[in-house]
Amino acid sequence: MKLHEYISKQIFAEYGVPIPQGKVAATPKEAGKIAKKLGGRVVVKAQVLVGGRGKAGGVKLAKGAKEAEAAAKAILGMQIKGLPVKKVLVDPAIDIASEIYLGITNDRGARQPVIIASAAGGVDIEEVARTAPEKIIRVHINPLLGAQDYNIRDLSIGIELDRNHWAAFHKITRGLWEAYRANDATLAEINPLVITGDGALLALDGKMVIDDNALSRHADLAELRDLSAEEPAELEARKNGLTYIKLDGEIGCMVNGAGLAMATMDIIKLFGGEPANFLDIGGGASAEKVAAALRIILSDKNVKAVLFNIFGGITRGDEVARGILEALKDVKPKAPMIIRLVGTNAEEGRALLAEANMITAETLAAAAQKAVQAAKGIK
Amino acid sequence: MGILANKNTRVVVQGITGREGLFHSERMLEYGTQVVGGVRPGKGGEWVLEGKVPVFDSVRVAVEATGADCSMIIVPESAAPDAMLEAADAGVRLIVCLTEGIPIQDMMRVRTYLDFKRVQLIGPNCPGLLTPGETKIGFIPGDDAIPGNIGVVSRSGTLTYEVLYALKLVGLGASTCVGIGGDPVKGLNFIDVLKMFEEDPLTDKVVMIGEIGGTDEEKAAEYINQSMTKPVVSFVAGRSAPPGKRMGHAGAIVEGGEGSADDKINALKQAGVQIADHPEQIPELLKK
Repeated sequence: MKLHEYISKQIFAEYGVPIPQGKVAATPKEAGKIAKKLGGRVVVKAQVLVGGRGKAGGVKLAKGAKEAEAAAKAILGMQIKGLPVKKVLVDPAIDIASEIYLGITNDRGARQPVIIASAAGGVDIEEVARTAPEKIIRVHINPLLGAQDYNIRDLSIGIELDRNHWAAFHKITRGLWEAYRANDATLAEINPLVITGDGALLALDGKMVIDDNALSRHADLAELRDLSAEEPAELEARKNGLTYIKLDGEIGCMVNGAGLAMATMDIIKLFGGEPANFLDIGGGASAEKVAAALRIILSDKNVKAVLFNIFGGITRGDEVARGILEALKDVKPKAPMIIRLVGTNAEEGRALLAEANMITAETLAAAAQKAVQAAKGIK
Repeated sequence: MGILANKNTRVVVQGITGREGLFHSERMLEYGTQVVGGVRPGKGGEWVLEGKVPVFDSVRVAVEATGADCSMIIVPESAAPDAMLEAADAGVRLIVCLTEGIPIQDMMRVRTYLDFKRVQLIGPNCPGLLTPGETKIGFIPGDDAIPGNIGVVSRSGTLTYEVLYALKLVGLGASTCVGIGGDPVKGLNFIDVLKMFEEDPLTDKVVMIGEIGGTDEEKAAEYINQSMTKPVVSFVAGRSAPPGKRMGHAGAIVEGGEGSADDKINALKQAGVQIADHPEQIPELLKK
């Protein structure tokens, strides 16, 4: 789960990272008030969970309350990459001498956290990695020991940081590590970490991503989930214990198991169709869950056919069949439905579905081909 | 004799008294797996599954009493890291963790400790392993596979059953099937299992089922290219998956320009691996 800049920075500040003394506003008026309090020049920044807001006009400099109010008015209600801006952060404008990148993420290949620093901050770090990889310093951290002092010194040395700034950089890196560690982050990033004209270090921007698997032990963070950044159907699915991801195609898919769900999407594409979604009903799917899944799939108006691919194991074929019959009582799909049912209790399931007027298939390939034809209106 | 586990492997099940724990322990007993004990703190001294399996309060006590050398973990995600560490300290040589949803930072710490203790881990978030005709430790339906000479290793669950079933339909069997799991940080990886198959006299060919996310398939391709003599057939799921979206498995995501199916397929092709366009094509590629 991604956290907004202002929340990420607040969390960093709790761990001793210095941040600008700005505040968040939901209306232009509020933004003006904050600017007045701060005095001088301010930066008004859109709070959205996508990158590239600067280029999209979501960051504006303003002088005084009036300009800040106008800037906030322009930014609030703006759509950035399809996401509405509901809040702006009003920060004092900072006199920047240089910009550093500092981030912590999980290196899945090394199975360790890695702290990344670069003297080329303020720009897209992936771009730096492509064009000037030597400017990126990576220090892996033993997950049992945590960040050691020498780890942090290695970063200072690596980015050739002026020794006058080592102490401040050390404190910030230590704070960022603690914030990452305590909040189960998969990413904790300060970009840029600036050195101001007066020689102070300050986290100008902040970004945090929290491990979805750890949200149950961070109830305070889970509450902050920005629902506007998510597909309503995906939210509905999550409520029902399903994993659903909307895509742009015309063939709805209901599959048990994530790997098989991906393989089913792939084979639809292989035979000339386009999948409308990824949907994993999980193991031991109950009739209720199947019904919810079918409703969610059919809520997508692009769907012209629905393919069920159920490989019974933990999931029992008869239970899925009952779920489909249950769902068909209240949703009356016009789209043709193709089903492939194999494995545990598949025969019982097929018998139950005999009256449901579905197209059946023995193999995955045949099921996909039939679904593609059905979506194109070929019988 | 499969790699990792065979009919002599003595299994203790952590979380045996739960609904899923009981259900799968029963399937395992039916298959012939030596389920010698279960663990549920606070229920030590009870017996489950019609008095066939004793329950212990800790893995240490269970191992002392039964001589178990393997632990299967089927406990809720909040208890799973502790369960893995406990099993490692109790002296089993192999842990199979089926639990899904463990935070990644927990997994990094657990894996580091398990390496220190030199204990092998399969999973988490995996269907376990199956040595057809001998033992099954986990979810993989025993009916789906027959004994044979094909080693199967996969990041997925039901997709693996699908492949085993397709093999069985044409009379092909498996030496061992290992579901290594769908999490970004896990125990055994493709390379570890490929090495075991390469050295296993009962395995002649290998099927590797990958998916988007990470670079494990690319690393496996490097190993196959340099060190493997046995033919490998592979399917990589997620060609049609959009970048930046987590496709069900915690580890199945294309991010930071890394982890796409096409990259993996290209790397594997260059290593001489035959790539199946879809799972049902695997048997014919194996027969070539």
